[in-house]
Amino acid sequence: MNMFINLFLFPIFLTLQDLSNKKNNFTQIITEDDLSIEMVFIPEGKFRMGKDTLNSYDYSPSNDVEVSSFWISKFEITWDIYQLFMDQTNFDEKSDFSRADFIDKIDGLSGPTTPYVDMSFGMGKNNFPAVNMTHFAASKFCEWLSSKTGFYYRLPTEAEWEYACSDEMDNLKIDDFAWNRYNSDEKYQKVGQKKPNIYGLHDMLGNVAEWTADIYNKDVYSKKRKKNPFESGENKYPRVIRGGSWDDESSNLKSYYRSFSTKELQRRDPQIPKSLWWNTDAPHIGFRIVRPFNKESQKLKKMFWNYSD
Amino acid sequence: MEKESRRNFVKKTAIISTGSLATTLPVEAFANVIENKKLKISLVGCGGRGSGAIVQALEADDNIEVVAMADVFADRVERSIIGIKEHFGDKRKINIKEKNIFIGFDSYKKAIDLSDVVILATPPGFRPLHFEYAVNTGKHVFMEKPLATDATGVRRVLKSAQIAKDKRLNVVVGLQRHYQNKYLDLYEKVKSGAIGKLVSGQVYWNDGGVWVNNRASDQTELEYQMRNWYYFNWICGDHILEQHIHNIDVANWFIGDYPKYAQGMGGREVRNGKEHGHIFDHHFVEFTYPGGQVISSQCRHQKGTESRVDEVFQGTRGSVTLGKGELSSLDGDTIYKYPVSSSKDANPYQVEHDKLFASIREGNVINDAFNGAKSTLAAIMGRMATYTGKKITWEEIMNSKENLVPDDLDWDSTPPIMPDKEGRYKSPKPGITKFI
Repeated sequence: MNMFINLFLFPIFLTLQDLSNKKNNFTQIITEDDLSIEMVFIPEGKFRMGKDTLNSYDYSPSNDVEVSSFWISKFEITWDIYQLFMDQTNFDEKSDFSRADFIDKIDGLSGPTTPYVDMSFGMGKNNFPAVNMTHFAASKFCEWLSSKTGFYYRLPTEAEWEYACSDEMDNLKIDDFAWNRYNSDEKYQKVGQKKPNIYGLHDMLGNVAEWTADIYNKDVYSKKRKKNPFESGENKYPRVIRGGSWDDESSNLKSYYRSFSTKELQRRDPQIPKSLWWNTDAPHIGFRIVRPFNKESQKLKKMFWNYSD
Repeated sequence: MEKESRRNFVKKTAIISTGSLATTLPVEAFANVIENKKLKISLVGCGGRGSGAIVQALEADDNIEVVAMADVFADRVERSIIGIKEHFGDKRKINIKEKNIFIGFDSYKKAIDLSDVVILATPPGFRPLHFEYAVNTGKHVFMEKPLATDATGVRRVLKSAQIAKDKRLNVVVGLQRHYQNKYLDLYEKVKSGAIGKLVSGQVYWNDGGVWVNNRASDQTELEYQMRNWYYFNWICGDHILEQHIHNIDVANWFIGDYPKYAQGMGGREVRNGKEHGHIFDHHFVEFTYPGGQVISSQCRHQKGTESRVDEVFQGTRGSVTLGKGELSSLDGDTIYKYPVSSSKDANPYQVEHDKLFASIREGNVINDAFNGAKSTLAAIMGRMATYTGKKITWEEIMNSKENLVPDDLDWDSTPPIMPDKEGRYKSPKPGITKFI
């Protein structure tokens, strides 16, 4: 089925690809259903990653880090688009095979199993950010989207995320920019309602926290990394989560603040093995996507898409 | 930290209660009340949920050993063992002897025979048979909801529930809202009159539906139905029973009674492929209770529609919304909110097992089987109201002769429903389908 989509859609996107190789914002149209993802161009540059403090927090010491150009989605990925991923990859017999080592045996792409309960937890779907997907599922979304459109998409690295967030956010009036514990009515909100940051990105801080591609390493900033840093790894957790959410104190809504996943995100999954695709305790974690400007190797792509080899 | 204190609690209370046990319990129960002994546990039905339940049992009590596993499919047992071992890693040894793995329709007997406590987690059609065997052989039970797929099965479960009661066996049923702090807290508040006398309510399980297991070329019809069981009534009982029982059960619990009659409508509008068997994709039922309360019950499995899983009740002085954990005044102002978010609260799936094993160790008795059977029957009553399009009373459903599950199944048996030439199964038709 995915082969079919590829063959069928690829010619249409060739023209779009030409346009989107320029250093401009572009709109990724994804279906016949009028869905699209707005992509914002972030020019390459150097920034100070992390923040120096006297305490040994995981975001210090700060480093000068260089990041290559990329596009990043203007909004967090919404349920509307995530549902399409669920529907188009849903060959349900794999619901019995919700383990990584079975996935590779399936021809083509795999996608989320049908969850037993509504994973929005009743917080809303139309134009609301998708949540409760595992890091693996978010990575597979990027692979699906890449296969569908012919463009390469992946999760942002932790460095790309922080660069695109920009530390200017840290001194602004947080309620104007971010849904947090004190203004969110205890749930996520529709994307794009708060003011954008300097790049025009909405909800980088607050609303839902966002998966990044990196494995979390508390001490990684002392490595003095220079260019396009990325901590790769195969483990399900800990993965870096950025931006804070509707459930966070505003003090956690900082461009440099780091959080990470644990197995507690699946605490209430009553099944064994626990789902490869769904967290039961992450109604505050979603994601946005990145398209790098420079080509990346097939090996790196597979790493970003969470292949285990 | 939490786990540590739980275990201490279990140990401590077990010691305190030892003295009184000998004098108050009948001999048979005494044989199965073991304050320090290693408890042997068996799993019947090794799918994802059964495997999860075994893990929760092991987390609840240090001194438990998994002795046997039973399923009709060998691959389910294999995957289950991998999953359980992966979960514990080096922290706990899981060592199930090969000779204690039983495969087949009668495998439940051998697994139950070897145990002190048994987890029954097959699809619900088989529950009456398995539960009966477990209580007849004197085992404590954790079993998943629902407890049957027809009234014949419910009556069998009620008989077994009485046997369990007589033998002082513990029976916990996986209607986990009864073990969820938020529900318990709000139940106490409602019961003590915080919103007056309950008069009406709405209960919901609306979402996109569940998995499909597609037919494989080498399967017999019976194996196909057993793999894709959700869509076959004799095994599953329709989603108004299999999932929506949770919400109907909360209505029964909060009202403190079971419905007097039900009427409603339903059908098979969108989810109606060959791979979807013969169950409905939506039901809307009005349950009327002996005290005059009316509960609207909706359940829907249709992708792309509004989703909601919740229970709401109106009283003479206000209302309660269980999902949000809130009590409201008649003016709609919030008068109370349960303070702990669900992801930070105790996990009800774990609490079920903590309570079960603490109760076994202390020589106490929990018996959820009567309520589990009656809430099962209430959901079946709703199903038969939508299938027939007729009003169904509690008395009628309690005496219903419907008997969906064949006796003595083996792999040569013919399933009770067969596809037509096009591979379709006959679905109920309101106004035409007869109440049996």
